[in-house]
This record gives sequence, C-alpha cells and structure tokens, in this order.
Amino acid sequence: MFRSCARLVALSSLLLSSAALAQEKIKVGVTATLEGTYTVLGEDGIRGHQTALNALGKKVGDKELEFIIASTDATPDSAIRAVRKLIEQDKVQILLSPLSGDEGIAVKNFAKTRPELTFVNAASGAQETTYVDPSPNFFRFNMDGAQWQVGLGKYAYETKGYRKIATVGEDYSFIYTQVFGLVLEFCGAGGQVTNRQWVPLGTKDFASVIAALPDDVDAIYLGLGGADAVNFLNQYQQAGGKAHLMGGSIMVDQTILSAKGNAKNALLGTIAASGQADTWEDPGWQKFVKAYQDAFPPNKRFPSPSLLATNYYGSTMALILALRQVNGDLSNNQAKLKEALAKIELDAPNGKIKLDSNRQAIGTNFVTEVVDDGKGALFSKVVKVIPNVNQTLGYDPAVFSKIGLPSRTVPECKKY
Amino acid sequence: MTRFIERHPAWALILLIAVAVMLWLILAVWPPGLEEAIGRKRVFLNAVFNGITLGSLYFLVASGFTLIFGLMRNVNLAHGSLYLFGGYIGYAISVWTGSWVLGFIVAFIGVALVGVVLQIVVFRRMEGQDLRQTMVTIGLSIVFADLMLWVFGGDFYQIQTPNWLVGPIELPLVTALKSSGEAVYLRYPMVRLVIFVAAVVIGIAMWLALNRTRVGMMVRAGVDDRDMLAATGVPIQLVFVVVFALGAGLAGIAGVVGGTFQSISPGEDTRFLLASLVVVIVGGMGSIPGAALGAVIIGLAEQLGSVYIPTYAIVVTFLIMVLVLALRPQGLLARR
Repeated sequence: MFRSCARLVALSSLLLSSAALAQEKIKVGVTATLEGTYTVLGEDGIRGHQTALNALGKKVGDKELEFIIASTDATPDSAIRAVRKLIEQDKVQILLSPLSGDEGIAVKNFAKTRPELTFVNAASGAQETTYVDPSPNFFRFNMDGAQWQVGLGKYAYETKGYRKIATVGEDYSFIYTQVFGLVLEFCGAGGQVTNRQWVPLGTKDFASVIAALPDDVDAIYLGLGGADAVNFLNQYQQAGGKAHLMGGSIMVDQTILSAKGNAKNALLGTIAASGQADTWEDPGWQKFVKAYQDAFPPNKRFPSPSLLATNYYGSTMALILALRQVNGDLSNNQAKLKEALAKIELDAPNGKIKLDSNRQAIGTNFVTEVVDDGKGALFSKVVKVIPNVNQTLGYDPAVFSKIGLPSRTVPECKKY
Repeated sequence: MTRFIERHPAWALILLIAVAVMLWLILAVWPPGLEEAIGRKRVFLNAVFNGITLGSLYFLVASGFTLIFGLMRNVNLAHGSLYLFGGYIGYAISVWTGSWVLGFIVAFIGVALVGVVLQIVVFRRMEGQDLRQTMVTIGLSIVFADLMLWVFGGDFYQIQTPNWLVGPIELPLVTALKSSGEAVYLRYPMVRLVIFVAAVVIGIAMWLALNRTRVGMMVRAGVDDRDMLAATGVPIQLVFVVVFALGAGLAGIAGVVGGTFQSISPGEDTRFLLASLVVVIVGGMGSIPGAALGAVIIGLAEQLGSVYIPTYAIVVTFLIMVLVLALRPQGLLARR
C-alpha cells in the first residue's frame, strides 16, 4: 500500500513538472505591506498591480507570467524574509519589491547577493536605496521621497507665506528623505524649520506629541502614513488643533483622505507634494483612474488610486514592457532584461519616467492642495506640475553630495 | 499604609517627597529657569495626563487578565484577541446603531460570552495544567487573529466619538502666565478624561464587588485556596465561569475604548497582550490594585518617555519591568 502510494506521488510529480515545462512560465515575486501600520497602503499597491495586469495582460511572447504575492510589515527584516521565501521556496526569477523605505534599502543590499536575478522596486522611496552604493540589478521606476517634495517648500514660502514651520515624522528612512527634500527647498527659499519631531513607526498615542507641537509656527508638516496618520489626525482633532498643515506624500493620499471617520477633515486645505495628484486632467492619468475604478467595486477600493497603486502600476508596467522587448529572454543571467529595463522610457499615468545612471527614476512631481468634492470626499487638487525631477533635485551632484544623507538632523536648515 | 511607613521609613520619605514634587510641578506656575531646562509646562502636563489616561486603558485590559490569573492560575495569552474582538464588535455596533454607549454594552456582553465558551469548552478540560493551558491560549490567539483578519481585513478602524465628546475642555490648571498676567489654562481632550473617569469607576466597582459582596468573597477565597473553597460546597466551576466572563468582558470594553481614542487593526492584540503582561508583572500577578498601579506607571513611562527621551521611549517600559523583576520579582503590590 505504502509503496504504491509513493509510486503514485513520484509519478504525479513527474507529470506535473513536465506539464510545467511544456507551458513555460516566468515567475515574478511581489511583496507588499499587507500587515501592520501600512496594511492599507499595501492593499492598494496590489490593486495598482492588478490594474496593470488587466491593462497589459500576462503574456510575454509564448510565455506566461506568474505572480506570487508575499506579505511584509514595513520592517526591513520582514522584507528580506519575504524576498528570500519567494526566491528559495517559490523559485521566482524576478522580484517586484518592496513597498516601504527601510525595506527598500534592505532589499537593495540583498539584491547584491543575487546578481543573477532582477529586482524592480515596487514603491519604496528612501534616497539611500539608489543613491548610495546602488545595486546593478535593482531598478526603481518611482521617484524617491525627496523628489516627491519638490515644489512644496517654495509654494509654502512664496504663495502661502509660511516663514516658520515644524515637522512631525515617522522615524525611518523614507520620511527622513521626505523631510530632506522639504527642508532643502523651504530653507533654501528663506524659511525656517524650528523643530523636527520623530515618532516610532506604529505609534498609537500621539497626545503627547501633539502637546509638544510649538505654537509659534505658521504651519506644521506631517510626514506620517497609514494607521499612524489616521491616529494622529483623530487625536489632533480631539485636542482641538487648529494649525495650518502641510503633508508628505503618503499623508495627503487616498489612503488617508478616504479613511473612515471625520478626523481626515483636519486635512482640508492642506498643501502637499507627491508623485501624483488625484484631479490631474492629463488624459493618461484619467484613463488610469478609470481603469482602477472599473477593476474593483467601490467598497473594495479608494475613490481614486493612491500613490502606492500608481507606483505598483508603474513598476509592473515597466517590467512587463521590458520583458516583451526581449521576448521573455532570461538567459545569461537576465542580461537582456536588465539592459532593457535600464533603457526603457515609461509613459506612466503620472507622467513620463526614465532612469538615470543609478537606475533611479527621473519623473514628474505635483504640488497639491486638499479639496472637498462637495459630497464629503476629499481629493488632492493639482496646483503645480514640475516635470523632469532628478534625484539630486536639480543641484549640482558635487554640491548635493556635500549635504549628507537624509537623517533626523540632516539637512541643516540653510541655503546650500 | 502605616505599616509600610513603619517598616520602610526611608522609602516612605522618598515617596512622599516624590509625590510633593509632582504636585508642585502640576499645580505651580513654573519659574522661567525650569521652563528653559525641561521645556514648557503645557507639554509636561499633557504628557502626565496622557500617561494617566493611557494607563486607564491599560488598566481595563490588565485588570481582567490579572483577575483570571489570580483565581484560576491561568495565564490567558488569548487576552489580547479578546481586546481586539471587543474593538471590532464596538465598531460594528456603533456604525450600525450610531450609538457609542451601546457599542460598549454589546462589546462587553459579546466578549464575555466568548469568555464563557472558552472557559467551559477549553479550560475546564485542562484544569490545573498550567503549561498546557498556556500553550492552548497561544494557539487560540493565533487562530483568533487570523479569523479576525479574514472577517475584518487589514484595515484600521476608528470608532466615531459622539459629538458631545469631541474637542478639548479647559481644566483649572495653569500652564503659563501671559505677559499681561492673565493665566493660560490647560486644554485637554474631553474624551480622554471621560475614559479616565470611566476606568476609575470600573476599578472602584470591581474593588467593591470583590470586597463587599458574597460572590466577591467567594472569589477572594478561591484566590487564596481553591480546593478548600470547593470543599465547602461552593459551586467553584460557576465562580470560574463568572470571573472569566467578567475578565473577558473588561477586555472587550477596553477594545472599544482603544478603538475610540486610538484605532484598532490586526497586531493590536499582541500589543495589548504585551502591555498587560508588563503591567501585571510590574504591579504583581493577580492583584487588582497592582494592575492599577502598574498601568499608571507604564502609561506615564511611555508618555513622558516619548516627550523627553523619544529615541529610547520604547526601552523605558521594559527597563521598568526588568528593574521590578530584579528588585521585587513578585511585583510591587503582590500579596505574597
């Protein structure tokens, strides 16, 4: 009995593997933060990924793409665990990963240990990932946190007339990068950043942080995301906060603007900057929004795609288009695919994207303001569109490298 | 109290001075030198109040935990799941009926029923086998977490505060003097104060129930000697069920409170389990006043830490736990 059973298993496994050979597949591993503080962001990222698959299909020549999704929780070790699992257990050949800043740095470093594979960044935006010691097989088709803040500092200083601001941000690389971009531009224009508060990712009780906010500033910049942002706004409202607000790219985003409850109303009129604007009139963007809305029932999506959905859409699109250019040829350590990815120019929903020599996106940025659509839903309205934003933010690379890497205290508030 | 002073005069003096300093810090208008040294008084007062209100949330969770442990010697590691489940029920009910208060009642009853089922179906079968019970509760907490993730998704939910509780209230505590000599009073979120008062009321009610009622007497007797109590003819299994239901129901109420001034999402279960473990270890396993003291200490440490030493704020609570374990391993207010 036992022997016949074993034989059957052996036979069927043989059959299965030959079947797999007959219809060749390209396996792609995808990670998203489907746990923890950034759950909502990860879920919408996957929706963006799905929208891209709906638009482009899964066929590459005569091969079929197979996507395997793994969950992380925004910590670097969870990302490495997920990527390892995808490579070692699911045998994926290409990675579409990760979502969050610290994860990005960890996965980039990990990518160096597997030079034969290709890593396409899904959405993470820490500067260090592609700026310091980049990995030749790691490609990022979204801008970093600092690029996403371009235009905000000037707009706040010149149009809004803010002279002194304070910042509150989550204590990790992506928000450092965002504050880096903001401070550089705001202080460059002549503004002052008097106070920078950092809170651990996943903070629940912001009451003391809110109490410690200075009174003598024109606006408060919030670099928070996911559950943290909603908790902050909820408690900010309960504490009767009335200051002008400025938002980072994942703060003023559909992940927060369409959260349940009325705490989000504190964001009305908030100025922000990001790699997208909900109400942009560009036909490509409108088409993407429509495709996103049609792909999911209204209660299973946001009214309009979040930055994460857009990023996952863009990175999935880049990967599929590059794979089609080389007709799915992964021979010679995927050399052709890597070459194609480095050269590809993407007509993404949020503007044209191409890569620089570090394989980092150069793209379009948007300054926005939060408005009410009249029915109680909040959207980010485009105020200014800034094309061709590169990683050194228009600075001379030599000057830029002197500023230092984004951290709690870098950059200093001065003109570089 | 007097016995404590007689036995530890030095400690009593230090405690007295600490309390006096704290009162002065809270009531007096700070001299400019002090403000320069440690920041504005508003920040300090807020941190203290936040610590105490956060402590009241911890107390609600931990008191049920410690009650169950005290009587049944059962370390219920699924307590965090009960908290989260209560939060979800509270959310569903408050959305459905629009009533915040009803959310509390239904959450209490619903989670208490889960507690009853747990006690009858699971724990009664393995009475007295501590290790087995602990392992089973770990398993249950994982199962519950996945079930709740399945039903409610990974989204974070926030229970709507009723309108009369939104916004701040002015407290008669001076935070600063304007240059004109006019006093600036502390403004503090109303909802947190209400929750604090509610926690105090629940705490006192529990103390009264334990010390002034017949059932409470049975529970106390059971904590001291379970077997002897059973031998006197008390239906001990019934007492167990009631206590388990009460402890679980308290966790359910705490879930609604947590969902109101913070938010509920997957992962909150382990966070609150950990918090209540730390609280009862500091306060003393099985002691209700211990849970109250531990909760306030941990709440204060978290909030003052997040203001004055933000980088190490997370470490402070565990440092306190380590200190207590090293100097007084049975907990600050343990009975034996």
